[in-house]
Amino acid sequence: MTGFLKSREAILAGAILALLIGVASRFPAFVAPANLANVFNDTAPLIILALGQMVVIVTRCIDLSVAANLALTGMIVAMINTAVPGLPIPLILAIALSLGAMMGLVNGLLVWKLDIPPIVVTLGTMTIYRGIIFVISGGEWINAHEMSDSFKAFPRASFLGLPVLSWIAIVCVVAFLLLISRTPLGRAFFAVGGNPHAAVYTGIDVGSTQCAAFVLSGMLAGLTGYLWVARYAVAYVDIAGGFELEVVAACVIGGISIAGGVGSVGGALMGALFLGIVKNALPVINISPFWQLAISGSAIIIAVAFNAASSRTKGRVILKKAEHAI
Amino acid sequence: MKFLNKLLAATAVAAVCMAGPAQAETKRIALVVKALGIGFFEAAAEGAKEAAAELGDVEVIYTGPTDTTAEGQIEVINALIAQKVDAIAISANDTDALVPALKKAMQRGITVISWDSGVAAEGRQLHLNPSSNPLIGNMIIKLAADHLPDGGDVAVLSASATATNQNIWIEEMTKVQDNYPGINVVATVYGDDLADKSYREAQGLMQTYPDLKAIIAPTSVGIVAAAQAVSDAEKVGQVNVTGLGLPSEMAGHVHSGASKSFAIWNPIDLGYSATVLAYNLATGVAEAKAGAEIPMGRMGTLTLDDNSEGAMADPFVYDASNVDDFKDIF
Repeated sequence: MTGFLKSREAILAGAILALLIGVASRFPAFVAPANLANVFNDTAPLIILALGQMVVIVTRCIDLSVAANLALTGMIVAMINTAVPGLPIPLILAIALSLGAMMGLVNGLLVWKLDIPPIVVTLGTMTIYRGIIFVISGGEWINAHEMSDSFKAFPRASFLGLPVLSWIAIVCVVAFLLLISRTPLGRAFFAVGGNPHAAVYTGIDVGSTQCAAFVLSGMLAGLTGYLWVARYAVAYVDIAGGFELEVVAACVIGGISIAGGVGSVGGALMGALFLGIVKNALPVINISPFWQLAISGSAIIIAVAFNAASSRTKGRVILKKAEHAI
Repeated sequence: MKFLNKLLAATAVAAVCMAGPAQAETKRIALVVKALGIGFFEAAAEGAKEAAAELGDVEVIYTGPTDTTAEGQIEVINALIAQKVDAIAISANDTDALVPALKKAMQRGITVISWDSGVAAEGRQLHLNPSSNPLIGNMIIKLAADHLPDGGDVAVLSASATATNQNIWIEEMTKVQDNYPGINVVATVYGDDLADKSYREAQGLMQTYPDLKAIIAPTSVGIVAAAQAVSDAEKVGQVNVTGLGLPSEMAGHVHSGASKSFAIWNPIDLGYSATVLAYNLATGVAEAKAGAEIPMGRMGTLTLDDNSEGAMADPFVYDASNVDDFKDIF
């Protein structure tokens, strides 16, 4: 099982490498270390969100509200910043994390207590969160000159050669590696997604575990909300419009099964990196903008085709092992 | 206070809807925008309200989809037809896709005009251009050229590849390019009016063309994102971001030096003119036909060409000297 997962990640790593070589053949400066660091930094929000989405998908749910959660949290912290410019950044971060977690909790509770299908819940909250942004902002933008300098500077401040935004993504990846492999909750996500009935018999509460996944995903969306608004120095209703699908796509490309129970932190990371590289490479290699969407789309279909093919083999392998055991 | 106003407006609209035909003498004019929540259109709605106050017997319904899609606008138009409004003034997300819905509206006796971003001629009675397209095309390259006495490479950052108005302006710009010797337009990229994609495209431009001297972004989302990308790349002073933007959104970037100047017509005037024009057509004061001169209140008269289109006024240039006076208005 782990051997298989490793090989799947190896395929993805190979694909990323091939992609980089292909881009470099048309635009060599793309693979300069400084530019690759830029690409990583640009992909950091996607990585953070993909990690949260991964645990949600692993528990057989889906969170379509992440981009709206991001936008709402971003707007709220930007409004707080305009109202109280002196508020220290750690406090802003705490507010962003807890706001995001609260919105995730709403999703989680609806899924857990009311037993509504996650896709319906998050489709609903996605629209509600976007609507709330419009209500609280009155449709107005919050612009660069209205935000305080320290608010905008935090994600781009350089630490050991990388911007803070990149470091946050790295910290999230490490934290998720530990969470997934070293904590009961991390293992419970997989148990719930792999076989909910068996999970119940082992004493795991399926509903609360799914709820915890939503809270995690929401928390990361909230964090990204602040980082996003500070990085692009603008907050308005439509920020990160459609980004939730990119996050789901990153997970799918990373080999996280939509059917639940299968996935890895490395997969989510590499799925996000793959999409990030495609998005950053297309503008510099002179491909007609009309083709760019088609190319991004094909990458997703190919990844899903891979997934479908590999999940079939997986079934056979398990049966063979079982036969041998008998 | 803003929220209270909105609530009051919503209640008023609801009340009018319920009252229905009983208030038939009040002309109800719907101002349909590309998407709600865009500063430019909020300002246009202010102008529409100003016109309504001036005309007296007008109820303005400010509406639009929540994202910039033609599908969203078709739904809004159908809802307005059901509400039996007297006139629809629309800034279209697509030239052709809205035509069937708008034709249906006209068949029911609703006056239909387009403004800002136009609809194909058969889908409306007249189109109000905020300025003349050749003038805007000339303006955006002039803004870049004014700060490049020795010439240099410039690139265009547009919205989506299918945006009607963007494409026309870029086309007009290309026509007059020869009047600006030394200015070399090296690329046109599309940021889809998304802050993150526009930012990335601007980064891509600076990488692909290391000698780039200016980015022309004739879109309010793109110009802000490009200015931020230039600041982050520490290329302020090296790459000038210009084009069309809003003073409130650009003030910070003008002061940081990322943008030396930019232009925009006055959206308040635009919303005002669109409302007065729709009113004059709906009340039969004027008729939309080629060569007609239709009064538009304090903005003078609109002269229609063979395609039933007219231009309101010239775009206005904002720079460090005047941007602060306008940043609180729109």
